[in-house]
Amino acid sequence: MVQEQAPQNVSLQFEDVHQQNESYIVGMWTFLVTEIMFFGAVFATYLVYRVANHTAFWEAHLRLDIPLGFINTCVLLTSSLTMALTVHYAQRQMPKQQLLWLSVTMALAMAFLVVKGFEYHHKYVEGLIPGPNFRFEPAEYFRPAQLFFSLYFAMTGLHALHVLIGVLVMAVMAVLIAIRHSSVQDFIPVELVGLYWHFVDIVWIFLFPLLYLIPR
Amino acid sequence: MSVTVAKPGEVRHNYLNAGDTVLSWLLTTDHKRIAILYLVSVSFFFLVGGLLAGLIRLELLTPQGDLMTSENYNRVFTMHGVVMIFLFLIPVIPAVLGNFLVPLMVGARDLAFPRLNLASWYLYMAGGLIATWAMVTGGVDTGWTFYPPYSSSYSTSQVTLTIIGAFIIGFSSIATGINFIVTIHKMRAPGLTWFRLPLFIWAHYATSVIIVLGTPVVAITLLLVVAERVFRLGIFDPALGGDPILFQHLFWFYSHPAVYIMVLPAMGVISEVVSCFSRKRVFGYHFVAFSSVAIAVIGFLVWGHHMFTTGQSVYAGMVFSLLSFLVAVPSAVKVFNWTATMYKGTIDLRAPLLYVMGFIGLFVIGGLTGLFLAALATDVHLQDTYFVVAHFHYIMVGGTILGYMAGLHFWWPKITGRMYPEGIAKLTALVIFAGFNLTFLPQFVLGFLGMPRRYHWYPEEWQMLHVMSTAGAFLLGIGFILPVFYLLWSLRTGALAGPNPWGATGLEWKVDSPPITHNFEQTPIVTEEPYAYDNHHEPEEVFSGTGASTTKR
Ligand code: HEM
Ligand SMILES: [Cu+2]
Repeated sequence: MVQEQAPQNVSLQFEDVHQQNESYIVGMWTFLVTEIMFFGAVFATYLVYRVANHTAFWEAHLRLDIPLGFINTCVLLTSSLTMALTVHYAQRQMPKQQLLWLSVTMALAMAFLVVKGFEYHHKYVEGLIPGPNFRFEPAEYFRPAQLFFSLYFAMTGLHALHVLIGVLVMAVMAVLIAIRHSSVQDFIPVELVGLYWHFVDIVWIFLFPLLYLIPR
Repeated sequence: MSVTVAKPGEVRHNYLNAGDTVLSWLLTTDHKRIAILYLVSVSFFFLVGGLLAGLIRLELLTPQGDLMTSENYNRVFTMHGVVMIFLFLIPVIPAVLGNFLVPLMVGARDLAFPRLNLASWYLYMAGGLIATWAMVTGGVDTGWTFYPPYSSSYSTSQVTLTIIGAFIIGFSSIATGINFIVTIHKMRAPGLTWFRLPLFIWAHYATSVIIVLGTPVVAITLLLVVAERVFRLGIFDPALGGDPILFQHLFWFYSHPAVYIMVLPAMGVISEVVSCFSRKRVFGYHFVAFSSVAIAVIGFLVWGHHMFTTGQSVYAGMVFSLLSFLVAVPSAVKVFNWTATMYKGTIDLRAPLLYVMGFIGLFVIGGLTGLFLAALATDVHLQDTYFVVAHFHYIMVGGTILGYMAGLHFWWPKITGRMYPEGIAKLTALVIFAGFNLTFLPQFVLGFLGMPRRYHWYPEEWQMLHVMSTAGAFLLGIGFILPVFYLLWSLRTGALAGPNPWGATGLEWKVDSPPITHNFEQTPIVTEEPYAYDNHHEPEEVFSGTGASTTKR
């Protein structure tokens, strides 16, 4: 798999490209483990409260926009595919196609953020932002509903932040590929971004049913 | 590897003289220089935390609160806890000794991600300075545990700023953890199989796993407290619909394993030192190695023992109690094996070994009293008393800090190229041991009699015990100041160390002291088990350095 023909950028601490690449991959996976624990804690918090306040959470989740959430799910899933294609062409050293699919992935990621922005805006208009302006009927569910929306914004906000970081990283990547920078001659950097991006998608795959599709 | 003997006065190139501008230090990616950066900053925060401890002990000299108001007392003990735990105990051994030694011990030229390593120091400093700023501008009074709803809804102190500081420091330790895991997995020298690794490496590997799994959880939990405090979200405050017990679960899910983040690296140090100065291989190497892993795993399952009296179900309490007893087993395995290592060894009673022996004794007391606390019924009496305070100081000071002192002395010749003065170092070890016990032994009694922690008023009849404790604290303070002087002194006047002043095994002793910037002239090849003291390493190797011919046999 790994192309041994130097001149590769091998940092001084590594013996060879092979060791360097493996180190980066293990490092990325370890980082993703920390991310899983990071999201895991909020997911656990959410689940505890959802079990405790089931009816109220069900009432509150009716105020979410399922069609928009569904569109976003499709957008992210497609972006996973295009990211896989990017890595595919990176492995075959085809920078043009690589750049094309990376750009599509970025466009999809931004589309996701735009849709999310619309959703947030609707919530704002409907007075569903937790805080002094929060309004919710029926009044008996006011507190748990506010809790639901607190967690909704915490979880989707954290996720959106990760999407945003992904877009920025992909942008840097695209520039590096476009100028044929030596640090992206190998496919490993692209593969790392790919791993991160698939992780971000998977988080959404859990977020969507957890928040939008609460059974009665 | 070229190991040539330095002539006195000859300056050879090494990592220390590889550049002497301030920028060459602040922008370095050399793991050894980053270790020095950490050494300086960690020592600074230890001083801050120590001064705060001094204030606490002064206040407790008399039964009345005559030195400070209750509000200020709350601030002082909180800041003492925050500084000591987040800024000193958690980073101290991994970031100083671990940073320096992990690449050397696995035969690598550096950690896998040197720039990430430097970034971790900057994050640490940023978090540390934010927390310091919070202290200067009002302090925090929630206790280092930040329990809501007090922290999120009622406290008027600088909770937000302090938590943001702690949050950032969390990322610095995550960076260190990732770096160690990758380095240990992927950068071992040829022939260095897992079971040829020094136990110091096993301990740091287990520590890194805990850091990587635990720290994100506490980070997000503390962030939720800030969110509740700033936006009134109602996640933990029952008045807003939240659940404070959930916070305790999430907090201790990290913070119990965090006690092992603090003590496991020290255990790694102990294994190295004890075998070197007993001239024997570590008894039951595999057991010691796997007990580190076992501690890391079981340590994640016992957090509920901090919540026996705070509204957790009794059945959960019983399970957590049982699991807490279980976690004592791997800890005990280590203690037995260290002792067995010394048995019939050729003991060379030097300062590091004195610290090691102190560690073993004090850790046993700390661990056994942990069992008292892990027993449901006794804990109801002892929870939130000085008994708990004494318990964890036996482990965190008697364990972690003594382990750190042992390691600092043991590897001082490697780090600086100079020997520390043996006589005064031994004396200091004794002062610290005496001061420590005088400080904390009375606190077991106090706690048993019912003295609550975090109070500064107490009945007259307990004054004697408090006076003893305060006297001990000042002795302990002297014990920690002495090394600052004699270690700095040794930088100029200490005898030159040579590559291997102790005749120790391990790759780090096969290179120059101090090592060159990239550690090894060529990648070493490992052909034998660790701690092969009985095979060779006869005393003459001890004299490979000039001036270091201090070994008496
Ligand atoms: C090995 C290193 C250990 C360290 C560094 C350590 C540290 C600590 C700390 C810091 C606390 C106090 C937390 C607080 O409330 O502020 C504590 C409490 C406790 N520790 Fe340990 N501990 C260790 C080992 C153990 C062991 C082996 C056990 C039991 C098997 C144990 C059982 C307990 C219990 C039950 C408490 C709660 C006491 C209470 O609040 O009632 N600890 N420990
Ligand atoms: Cu614990």
